[in-house]
Amino acid sequence: MNKITKSHLIAYFIVGMGAIIMLAPFYFMFVFASHTNSSILSVPPPVWFGGEFVNNVGILLDALPYFWHNIGLSFYVALITTVLNLFFCSLAGYAFALFEFKGRNIMFVLIMGTMLLPPFLGMIPTALIMSKLEWMNQPRALYIPMACGAMGIFMMRQFISSAIPKELIEAARMDGCNEFAIYWRVVVPLITPAFGTLGLITFIGQWNNFMGPLVVMNDMKMFTVPLALRALQGTGQVPWGAICAGAAIAVVPLMILFVMTSRKLIDGLTAGAVKG
Amino acid sequence: MSSVESAVRPPVTKIRKRTLKQRLNASGYKWAPYLFVSPFFVIFAVFGLFPLLFSLFLSFHYWEPASGLAAMEWVGIENFTFTLTDDWFQKSVFNTMWIALAAGIPQHVVAIPLAYFLHTSFKRSRNTVIGMYFLPFITSSVAISLVFTTLFSRDFGMINMLFTSAGNWTIFGDIQPLSWLFPTANIDWNRPEYTKTMIAFVVFWRYVGWNTVLYLSAMQTIPKDLYEAATVDGAKRWQQFWYITVPMLKPMMFFAVTLTIIGNLQLFEEPFIITGGSGGLEQAGKTAAMHMYITAFVEGDFGTASAVSWILFALIAFLTWGNNKLLGEKK
Repeated sequence: MNKITKSHLIAYFIVGMGAIIMLAPFYFMFVFASHTNSSILSVPPPVWFGGEFVNNVGILLDALPYFWHNIGLSFYVALITTVLNLFFCSLAGYAFALFEFKGRNIMFVLIMGTMLLPPFLGMIPTALIMSKLEWMNQPRALYIPMACGAMGIFMMRQFISSAIPKELIEAARMDGCNEFAIYWRVVVPLITPAFGTLGLITFIGQWNNFMGPLVVMNDMKMFTVPLALRALQGTGQVPWGAICAGAAIAVVPLMILFVMTSRKLIDGLTAGAVKG
Repeated sequence: MSSVESAVRPPVTKIRKRTLKQRLNASGYKWAPYLFVSPFFVIFAVFGLFPLLFSLFLSFHYWEPASGLAAMEWVGIENFTFTLTDDWFQKSVFNTMWIALAAGIPQHVVAIPLAYFLHTSFKRSRNTVIGMYFLPFITSSVAISLVFTTLFSRDFGMINMLFTSAGNWTIFGDIQPLSWLFPTANIDWNRPEYTKTMIAFVVFWRYVGWNTVLYLSAMQTIPKDLYEAATVDGAKRWQQFWYITVPMLKPMMFFAVTLTIIGNLQLFEEPFIITGGSGGLEQAGKTAAMHMYITAFVEGDFGTASAVSWILFALIAFLTWGNNKLLGEKK
């Protein structure tokens, strides 16, 4: 249907150039991660991969002795957040989608309203609360506050009300199944696709979370990856190669996850936008 | 006979045989939904609502955190009047607005035509291309801001090298045809006049793909027969874009612009990393959210910082409301 015309070629060219600009920073991140500082600082800078990646990781580990621990902690926090979020959000989404109860609509509106509250508003008191609870430098200071988000409840309600017929729940209820067992045995198996999408969004969000850990983690050993990378700044001679190696290590797991699931992830993120 | 029996008997046997478990189940239907939605409210009460009220309380107090909660001193609206007349706060609001506009407007100006090209001209490769534009959105803003500080370095940065080699490109021996557009010497991006541009570019880069995806998903809901009718009537592609796509996108534009306003006014991570947490020379890259963070956690003035956060919140709410008035009703 589309003939290749001159204007098409120009469009392809512009879109292609744009894509290169989008990807170039990632490319140079990998290139610099494999060069020594002096080679990065030379003019012109390197444009092809070198062989210094392992050395750069060594420099990184000298500056951040707990880097592997930081990665493990990031992974642990993101995973726990994801599991809790899937569990609590799907329970709430199930209640909103398939139960009739007093105050349902007002509660739902209230929950959605909390999405409008900017995160920085609670930053200072959160730091105070965490220190009062003695949760400073504890992973739970990161995953408990994030354990049940409004966005997740919204997604789960949308999915459950379109994917699970009320009759199915009523049939299970007739058979004497209790409410939690209905959730566990009927609802959960049917919503695994939504679990996949919400799980990805939660995991990526928590892996990249910077503001949360910034105020509750002050022991270098308990830094998450973004905080650890940030700590490389302003330490006299800036280790550019090591910074890029660290950034690459922080970004690669997400890139792999994204390449495998991009369609699902994008659909999930924009689900609310298109329907609303 | 049988019809009467079956109509009467089952309830009788059921009532007789109801066990404790069944009775719990019957009442379970009543309390289960409340139990199921309660985790949100418990967590929100402790880590959402309480902090909010506490920060409001704090904003009317002077307080040295080191001397304990008892040392709070009621100062009325002094924190607010101080903040509103504070030069650094005003500068940070100016910076925030500047970056919000410089990053926000191009995001939409680029995203809408880009989404249109992707929608009309790309078939098989579309998802790959979308993925490329979307990748910045899902990556760690800290990691990528650090990479950008490398790319924007003065003496060895890739961006300076590209710019100066374009500026110094010569033809006929000594004519530099691009020197009016590109610099011929390295730019020191850390100088105050460039800091905001640098931050705005990184923010633009990070969110342009997100907006493209939003517009693309809205375009997919525009009925195809509109375009077919226009083609029959002889409308050219740019006419179709201008007279069909753009008007049909209005609701999504409203939504996407609202998200951009809310997001850009809260900008924190990118300027924080790019300026090394300091705000940069002459605080040229210090945003309002950073001003709040620095007031609280560097200067230790939690009362003023809380006032800053509420003023910023009021500003965001006001601009979102204004946008709603301006654009929201026209759809």
